[in-house]
Amino acid sequence: MRNYNLNHLQQLESEAIYVLRETAAQFERPGLLFSGGKDSIIMAYLANKAFAPAKIPFPFVHVDTGHNFQETIQYRDKFVRDYGVNLIVGLVQDSIDKGTATEETGQNASRNALQSVTLLETIDSHNFDACLGGGRRDEEKARAKERFFSHRDAFGQWDPKNQRPELWNLFNGGKGQGENFRVFPLSNWTEMDIWQYAKIENIELPNLYFAHEREVIERDGTLLAVTKFVEPRENERVQKQTVRFRTIGDATCTGAILSNAKNLDDVITEVAASRVTERGSRADDKRSEAAMEDRKKQGYF
Amino acid sequence: MSTEKDYLDMDMLRFTTAGSVDDGKSTLIGRLFHDTKSIFEDQLEAIEESSRNRGDENVNLALLTDGLRAEREQGITIDVAYRYFATPKRKFIIADTPGHIQYTRNMVTGASTANLALILVDARNGVVEQTRRHSFIADLLGIKHIAVCINKMDLVEYREDAYEKVLRQYSDFASRLENVSELTFIPISALKGDNVVDRSENMTWYKGPPLLYHLENVYVGSDANHVDSRFPVQWVIRPHSDKHHDFRGFAGRVAGGVFKVGDEILALPSGFNSKISKILLGDKEIDEAFSPQSVTILLEDEIDISRGDMLVKPNNQPKISQDLDARICWFSASKKLVQGGKYLIKHTTKSAQAMISEITYKVDVNSLRKNEDDLEFGMNDIGRIKFRTSEPLFFDAYRRNRNTGSFIIIDPFTHQTLASGMLR
Repeated sequence: MRNYNLNHLQQLESEAIYVLRETAAQFERPGLLFSGGKDSIIMAYLANKAFAPAKIPFPFVHVDTGHNFQETIQYRDKFVRDYGVNLIVGLVQDSIDKGTATEETGQNASRNALQSVTLLETIDSHNFDACLGGGRRDEEKARAKERFFSHRDAFGQWDPKNQRPELWNLFNGGKGQGENFRVFPLSNWTEMDIWQYAKIENIELPNLYFAHEREVIERDGTLLAVTKFVEPRENERVQKQTVRFRTIGDATCTGAILSNAKNLDDVITEVAASRVTERGSRADDKRSEAAMEDRKKQGYF
Repeated sequence: MSTEKDYLDMDMLRFTTAGSVDDGKSTLIGRLFHDTKSIFEDQLEAIEESSRNRGDENVNLALLTDGLRAEREQGITIDVAYRYFATPKRKFIIADTPGHIQYTRNMVTGASTANLALILVDARNGVVEQTRRHSFIADLLGIKHIAVCINKMDLVEYREDAYEKVLRQYSDFASRLENVSELTFIPISALKGDNVVDRSENMTWYKGPPLLYHLENVYVGSDANHVDSRFPVQWVIRPHSDKHHDFRGFAGRVAGGVFKVGDEILALPSGFNSKISKILLGDKEIDEAFSPQSVTILLEDEIDISRGDMLVKPNNQPKISQDLDARICWFSASKKLVQGGKYLIKHTTKSAQAMISEITYKVDVNSLRKNEDDLEFGMNDIGRIKFRTSEPLFFDAYRRNRNTGSFIIIDPFTHQTLASGMLR
C-alpha cells in the first residue's frame, strides 16, 4: 500500500485551509487582517487556496498607523489587485482626529498601541463578526495559550481565563450580541515554517525581508531604519548598513538585523542559526514583561 | 538544521505532557528546548531577569512555559499552552497541560490532538494517583503511544532496581488501558540531562534510546484511518464567474480513508450516487486525497449537497443514527449536565440539537471504577451518556476514527463549550 504521509508543511497547510473555510462557514461577516507582513501574506495566500477558483469570500482589512514602510503599502496594493479582493483601510490618524485615540508623546512614542482602538472601531463600523489574523503561538508567551477561534467580548477584550476549550478540529464560533472572534489559522506555525512554506510555494515577499543597503541608527539596542517617522537624535550616528527585517510592523518600532541573506534559502539558513527570536527586534515587546498580554486584553491582534 | 531542503522530508509529532507540580515537567521541557537549541538568547535573558526579580536562586525554567501574568503571580499553570520545537527529523507540537486535580478538562483538550502522551513519574514516589489519571485520559482520548519517563533517577543513584520497580507498577496498571498499543519506559534525569537528548553514561544498564530519539522515531503514520473514506462537506465553492460558470466544488478536509478521481461516492443524507470527476488542492488537480488533506471534490452529476453532508463510499458507510451513546468529559464550572436537558452538538461539520436521554454512569478517574449511584455531573467529570439528536449523525466509533467519532456539547444560551464527547 502507498504511504499516506504528509510532511509538516503540508499538515500545517491543510489545517490552516480548514480553519479559513470554517471561518467562512460559521460567520456572516468575516474580515482578513492584512498588514503586508509575512504572516498575513501567507494567510492570504492560503485563503486563496482554500476557496479557489472562487475569489476569497471576505474583504482584507488593514489597520494603518500611517507609519508604514512605503514598500509595505506598495506590496499591499499590488496583492489586493492581483487577488481581486476588497480592501478596507482603518486609519489610526482618523481615530486620533476623532479624539478616540491619543498620540503618545515622549522619546519612544509609537502608534503601535493605538492600532487596537482603530481596529475595534473598524470592526464596529463594518460589523465584522470575525477577524482573521496571522498570529502564531510561537511568537510570544501570551500567544502560546491563544485559541484558533478566540472569543472577544463586546469590548473586544480577550479574557485568558474564559477561553473556550478547543478540541480536535471542532471550532465553536457561537457568540452573543456584540461579541466577536479573532481567528488564527497559522496558530501552529513557527517562524521557520513560514519561511520554508514561502520557499516551496514560491511566494513573493516584500523586499524588506531580504538584505539591502539602508541608513539605520542604533536606539536602545535596536537598529531602526531612518525614515520620515524615525529621525536621528543629536547623539545618534546614521550608518549605512546591509540589513533586512525579520518582522515588519510600524516603522517606529521594527528593528532591522544585519544580514546578507538575499533570498529565501539564505533566510532559512540564517534563521536556523539565529540565537534570538524574531520579536527580539521588536521594541514594542520590550516595554514590560507582560506587554503582549496587556495589549491582547485591550483588543490587540 | 541543514541548509539543504531536507525539511521537505520532515514530519510532525504532536504530544501532550502532563505532570504533577513537582515532578519536573517544566524542567524536562526546558531541557528538551535547551539541548535542541530551541531557547533563544532573548528568551533566556528574559527568564533570567524574571527569576532574579522573583528572588529565585536558579534560573527558573518553568517561567519559559508559564506565560500569563496571572499564572506567574500564582505560580501555577492554568491552561493548555502549545510549544514548538524542531529537529531536522520532525517538528514537534507540545500541548503542555497542568497537572492539578481540577484541570482534567485541560488534559482532555491537550490529548485530543496528540499522537503521544509523555507521562512523568518521580522515581522516588512511583505510580501515584495523578499518573493513573493522566494515563486514563490519554487512553480515553485514543492516544496510542505512551512514553513513561521515570524521572529524577539521579536521586535514586541511577539504580536499575528503582526503575524496574516503577516499570512493574505501571505495567500492572496499564493492562487495563484499552487503546494504547505502544508503551515505552525511559529512565531520565531532566535536571541533569540523562537520557533526554543524549544517552546517559550513568545508566549503562538501560539499553533503549534516549527520549528525544524516541520522539523523533516513534511511528505514528498508521494512527490515521486510511480505510474508511469519509468527507464531511465544509463549504460549497461556487465562483459565479464567467470563466467558471458551472463550477460546483465541495470543500472539506478528508476525515478518513482515501478518495480517488473516478471513485463511486454516496452522498449522505440524500443517498444519491455519483463519481468523482476532479480533486483540487488549491487550484492544482490531484489524483487522490487522503486524511487529513484539505481539498475540493467535484462530482460528475449535479446533486444537492451542502455543509454538514458527508461523502462516503457506497460499500463502506458510517453508522447513521439519532440515538447515540458516548463517553463525555464535562468542562463547565457553572452548568451541570441535566437528564432531559437540551443542548447543541457539533460533530464534523454538522450542528444539531441534542436531548440527554440517560446519564449512564460516572467514572472515577483515579480508580477507574464506574459509579452508577452518583450521577451528578460537574466540571471535570467523565462518564457515559445516551442522547437523541434532532437529525441523524453520520459517524464511526471514536476508537475507529477520531474525526468522525468526536463531538462537543454547546450551551444554546451562552454558546460556551460545555463538554467533549467520544461516540461508541
